[in-house]
Amino acid sequence: MTETLHPELPMERSSPLDPPTRLGELRETEPISRLQFPDGHLGWLVTSHSLTRAVLADQRFSNRPELQHSPIRIGGQVVPPSPPSEPGMFITTDGAEHSRYRKLLTGQFTVRRMNQLTPRIEQIVANHLAAMREAGPGVDLVQAFALPVPSMVICELLGVPYEEREGFQRDTGTSFKLSNDFEEIQAAFNRIKAFVADLVRRKHDDPGDDMLTGLIQSGELNDEEVTNMGLLLLVAGHETTANMLGIGTLALLQHPDQLAELRADPSLVDNAVEELMRYLSIIQLGPIRTALEDLELGGVTVKEGESVVISVPAANRDPNRFDRPDELDIHRPATGHVGFGHGVHQCLGQQLARIEMRVAFRALFTEFPDLRLAIPASEVPMRTDMGIYGVHRLPVEFS
Amino acid sequence: MIEVDPDRCAGSGMCALTDPAVFDQDEVDGTVVLLDPTAVGHEKEAREAAHLCPAGAIRVIE
Ligand code: SF4
Repeated sequence: MTETLHPELPMERSSPLDPPTRLGELRETEPISRLQFPDGHLGWLVTSHSLTRAVLADQRFSNRPELQHSPIRIGGQVVPPSPPSEPGMFITTDGAEHSRYRKLLTGQFTVRRMNQLTPRIEQIVANHLAAMREAGPGVDLVQAFALPVPSMVICELLGVPYEEREGFQRDTGTSFKLSNDFEEIQAAFNRIKAFVADLVRRKHDDPGDDMLTGLIQSGELNDEEVTNMGLLLLVAGHETTANMLGIGTLALLQHPDQLAELRADPSLVDNAVEELMRYLSIIQLGPIRTALEDLELGGVTVKEGESVVISVPAANRDPNRFDRPDELDIHRPATGHVGFGHGVHQCLGQQLARIEMRVAFRALFTEFPDLRLAIPASEVPMRTDMGIYGVHRLPVEFS
Repeated sequence: MIEVDPDRCAGSGMCALTDPAVFDQDEVDGTVVLLDPTAVGHEKEAREAAHLCPAGAIRVIE
């Protein structure tokens, strides 16, 4: 259940599917506003869509961890300064270093490659829905569907034995939990890393037709780099999509008219996925960038060394960019949302995530025409205590 | 006319998703491939792709 946090960043929500109210107020009056960070740093918070895009597209803002300040406490503690990125942790590097790693992966995540995966994803989805019916008439949708489907997909892609998922799933949960001690989070993260490192060693002797083997055989990377890249893909590949499937289902069940339209015309699902990405914005912390030089932004001067926190949920509800932003509307043109980020770090796995969501939502609501919540919506445990928002559990019923 | 800069491209695939008749992605490194620089009849999509490109790698010259 929810735990008390002491964020300097506004995180209190007045309703489960909407961003913290304070963020919207700030966006109206001060789309770039001063933010007091827990470590004493005085940085900035960006809440508008246009400034979000401006920051994320600007290479004068760095994504290096050692330059960043955390906008919240973790486990009630001030987050200590981070060490520089390890080799292969491409998300937290800049410029040429980043593009070198990223380019080794982008060919694996093209629209075409992801489309080719569709039949396999459909099969994985169908198998889980069949098992869900078997287990019914009541299940937790997170455990039965939302979490295992993307986990299995990313495991197959990377070449991680699916039987070995328990450990890294638990550790991923631990490492995103904001009420945990920082040491606990670090330890969980190190365990996932050790797991992937061991897997990379095994792949040398027993190569497969998978991404980890491909990275090893590229001859461009040492094992530490492959391990860190694999770790990022594994963690990012299941946690984010799983939460979109969980909270996305809740959002649709809470909007029966929209859901009825989607059921009547399943081809709406592509657009519905974009709209859910916009409306739900599950990245509730960051991204964070640090200015490498003094620069002007939205009428203020951001000084070299100052950290800027972006609020994706606020940017995606900006009335200057989207009409009636607080309404879920699966017909609207929702592309242009920053749910996958923006700039050179924009989510590498976004085309995979799109296909997983399209296939999963479509099949779920077709297979279970009377899917409904088994508990009042107000009792669904929301992930206010996690870096990635969503539902902890989603008890559903069907006949 | 459309111009693309594969050196800037981050391989997000937004262009190929927006209009597969005009944009594709390289098989190996996923960077943008311009299939149709004139984009006749696809002007709107091309502008949309330029706008959506996260890396600023697409330019539409009117
Ligand atoms: S949208 Fe831009 S960054 Fe993404 S693949 Fe196309 S050109 Fe590259």
